[in-house]
Amino acid sequence: MTSPDPGSNRMVATPPLLICEHCDTVYRRRELACGEVARCLRCDAVLERYQRLGPGAMLALVLTALVVFVQANVWPIVTLGFNGQLISTTLWGAIMMMWHEHSQVVSVLAAGTLFFFPLCKMLLLGWVLLFARRGQRAPGFRLAMVTLYRLGPWTMSEVFVLGAMVAIVKAHVYFDVILNPGIFAYAALTLLITIFAGIDLRRLWDLTPEGAP
Amino acid sequence: MSALPRADELGVIGCHVCSLVCRDTGMEHARCPRCHSSLHRRKKATYSRTWALLIAAFIFYIPANLLPIMRTVSVGDVDDNTILSGVVELWVKGSPDLAVIVFTASIVVPMLKFLALVTLLWSSHRSSGWARRQRAKLYRLVELIGYWSMLDVFVVALLTALVQFGLLSLVEPLPGVVFFGLTVVLTMFASMSFDPRLIWDGKESDD
Repeated sequence: MTSPDPGSNRMVATPPLLICEHCDTVYRRRELACGEVARCLRCDAVLERYQRLGPGAMLALVLTALVVFVQANVWPIVTLGFNGQLISTTLWGAIMMMWHEHSQVVSVLAAGTLFFFPLCKMLLLGWVLLFARRGQRAPGFRLAMVTLYRLGPWTMSEVFVLGAMVAIVKAHVYFDVILNPGIFAYAALTLLITIFAGIDLRRLWDLTPEGAP
Repeated sequence: MSALPRADELGVIGCHVCSLVCRDTGMEHARCPRCHSSLHRRKKATYSRTWALLIAAFIFYIPANLLPIMRTVSVGDVDDNTILSGVVELWVKGSPDLAVIVFTASIVVPMLKFLALVTLLWSSHRSSGWARRQRAKLYRLVELIGYWSMLDVFVVALLTALVQFGLLSLVEPLPGVVFFGLTVVLTMFASMSFDPRLIWDGKESDD
């Protein structure tokens, strides 16, 4: 346990307390060793994980994800063949098609959760990390961090990958299915998302001191 | 004070957005000094909001299951699929493993969400001390798996875009898929508006 230093002013800026967001139990914060996970004694929720990745490594991952994301959206995902006729689609092809087929609600949901929200998340995170790498707060840091929090569960690329698999299996019965680079890019994106799932972005508040330019 | 002090016993509030521990000043419209989000001990109007969203979601869930979500036309032969008949088709056409995945995502997960949230709302409202740790786990499970229900919506979108072979073969979306998408969104909002801290409010039982 790191005991608070009552004489220090820094205590006000980074309080050594931690509150479980699932049951409101208050803990004194302790440095975690490699691989350690702190769990709440009352409700067993994860309080904190040891963070292997620093802002620099996270920035590298975000940039990778951004490159993969562009690939996943530019290339067709899959091509169907039937009687010598070939039809392929990208994510945006599917979104536009749903719009024209009187399912605008679905089209908007897909555009948000598969394109705009993930893109927004990556750009904001990249922006924040670019400065956090040097221990600084980016211009608009607060707004970016609050937006990142609000975007929370509204990005669904990994669900889309599973959906693509189901669609492929369904189509396979009647058509020739050719996998395109888009689906592989999506698979890679899912891996990157899984790495990010274990990172609590809120620690960036503590990593960057207030008042830094 | 118990061995595990809670925020209100110590006069502090944890910010929901940036997790800063703030002193509770008792002011009506307190804001987090760090991220400027409004501070509150418990999410606002959590019972009425969650109930309202849950009931709305359930109302949409009925047409989502009864109405077909997708139409397949092949050489004049029209076939309308509901969510359940899509699962059955996958099973019969030789992909029982995928059928199980789709069944879980589209039928089991939404039903589990309805049952779990009703149980949580009802037991927390009565300040029940029953199985608190399990109920806390149940809530976290609902949060974790909730959005996977979008699976079928994306399947329909992709098949619609791909199967466009004119008169020979054609897939088009039907209203069921819109209702289903809305159900998923509403249940996600419902689970977000529930405050899991309520599970632990009221008299502490022996843990």
